[in-house]
Amino acid sequence: MTLSLFFLIFIVTLGVTPLIGSSKISLARAFSDSISTSNNVDANILFQVRFPRILLGALTGAALSVAGAIFQALLRNDLAAPFTLGVSSGAALGAVIAIALNLNIYLLGLPVVSLFSFLGSLGAIMLVFSLVRTRHGEFPTGVLLLAGVTANFFFAAMVMFIHYIADFSQSFRIIRWLMGGLDITDYKTIVSISPIVFLGIFILLFISRDMNLISTGVHSASSRGVNVARIQKVGFITASLITGTVVATCGPIGFVGLIVPHTVRLFVGPDLRILIPACMLFGASFLVACDTLARTVLAPTEIPVGIITAMIGGPFFVWLLKRKRPA
Amino acid sequence: MTPPTLMKLENISFTYETSPVLENLSMSIEEQDFVGLIGPNGSGKSTLLKIMGGILKSDTGSIRFKESPVSKINKKLFAQSVSWIPQDHPMVFPFKVSEIVLMGRHPYLSPLSFESKEDFEISQRAMETTMTAQFSDRYFNEISGGEKQRVMIASALAQNPEMMLLDEPTAALDLKYQVQILSILKNLNAEHKMTLILAMHDLNLASRFCNRLILLNEGQIVRDGPPQRVLKKDILEQVYGVEVDLDSKDGNIRVHPAIRS
Repeated sequence: MTLSLFFLIFIVTLGVTPLIGSSKISLARAFSDSISTSNNVDANILFQVRFPRILLGALTGAALSVAGAIFQALLRNDLAAPFTLGVSSGAALGAVIAIALNLNIYLLGLPVVSLFSFLGSLGAIMLVFSLVRTRHGEFPTGVLLLAGVTANFFFAAMVMFIHYIADFSQSFRIIRWLMGGLDITDYKTIVSISPIVFLGIFILLFISRDMNLISTGVHSASSRGVNVARIQKVGFITASLITGTVVATCGPIGFVGLIVPHTVRLFVGPDLRILIPACMLFGASFLVACDTLARTVLAPTEIPVGIITAMIGGPFFVWLLKRKRPA
Repeated sequence: MTPPTLMKLENISFTYETSPVLENLSMSIEEQDFVGLIGPNGSGKSTLLKIMGGILKSDTGSIRFKESPVSKINKKLFAQSVSWIPQDHPMVFPFKVSEIVLMGRHPYLSPLSFESKEDFEISQRAMETTMTAQFSDRYFNEISGGEKQRVMIASALAQNPEMMLLDEPTAALDLKYQVQILSILKNLNAEHKMTLILAMHDLNLASRFCNRLILLNEGQIVRDGPPQRVLKKDILEQVYGVEVDLDSKDGNIRVHPAIRS
């Protein structure tokens, strides 16, 4: 029921945002048969510029939001997210290494940058997981955030180092990529990353009830027949995979994985069987809306969408922290 | 005639990091036993319950449930027979009481599925048995400690187990709730033939409700039997390291720490 509300938001967002932009386009002209395709400016803007960008935004928003919901459930801490845990910056380090090494190649149909990015995010989550977990299997907020900050600093330093020693053209690519943006894209990119994102989300749905139980406590989950170690492993690897995949393409776009699961949980509750699809729909809508803002607010100048999400996400995070603190 | 054995532990040892928690412990649990696991803090009660519940693996020894080694039983199948309830229930996410109880149906469900009508009915019965149905729509985090404990019992009951393991179910509860929880358990034991193992600190409540007490100290069983055989002045004083006075009323032994000033 509430899920259909999120579906409606999703449909409306994807229907309306292609029409908004710095240059006015007319649907009538875009779909007109009388103008040849190569001369049809409106159609080119709509189909070659805005559509792929919006699809990439939707995929990225969905992936980061679902990953956030999974990290929160598995770590039993609602301040966990790809960005706060340092997973995004781990992915960034992986991607920057691949860019600096000029690994512009494909392996098994997947871009090598994505593979490096995935390894970076997986490394980051493993580091935080092993650093923070207490002997009772808990992840206290303070230590978790500190570990995330530490991981962020460390990976950022590594990124800066690589940036410093890279040559000029690589350096430009790195800095442009690090800003996070959805602007440089085409259908080929979308076709190559969407199977990974959808497969990942399906795997996470498959183990969603097990993760529900883990989110209430590892021992009680175990006593109800959940193979805790295996589910944690599959959950972390899959969430890192989808994070790494989209970060490799769009750069580290912050706070989406924090804002969206929180907002959605207020409406549909914490059951991941509902929360995951709802995060997918709302995360997609949210990032596409933020990107539309990024495209238009200073038009014709475009600002990276990561700036918009951080400007919303920063205060949101402060509000969460304040609310969490015991009175 | 003795009732059939439900669970048998032989030579169980467990070491946490470098300190031994359980040492060469053996015992067997019979069907419809109502066992109070007593002993000082750190005597290994919680660890023993987790090993019996399949949550921790012992370093040595064997544990069998109805003749089959627990390590060989599928985790979900084992959860259909044995349930475990932790001492406290920190909850990060806003689950409702009914959702928590329904989680007890997990071992019966396949992936990607939602609970059936039957699962809802079983959960409803579990909530009625534990008097939690009237607040099934409230958030778990907003109910009192005694209510939480009853909800957790309802959830464990929804697993439809033959044996329930409870880690200090009455700790941190006031007198009324202590008696209420134990009465629910007593009823489950008598009416539903549920086998119960409770870790407990209150020796008087343990002697009043349990038909068998197991006294643990430093990871070993000091004594095992009916309350009147376990609650002996010399044994308790030795294990707890404090002077005690015992008296008995209507066949129930009561233990008082002797405080001399």
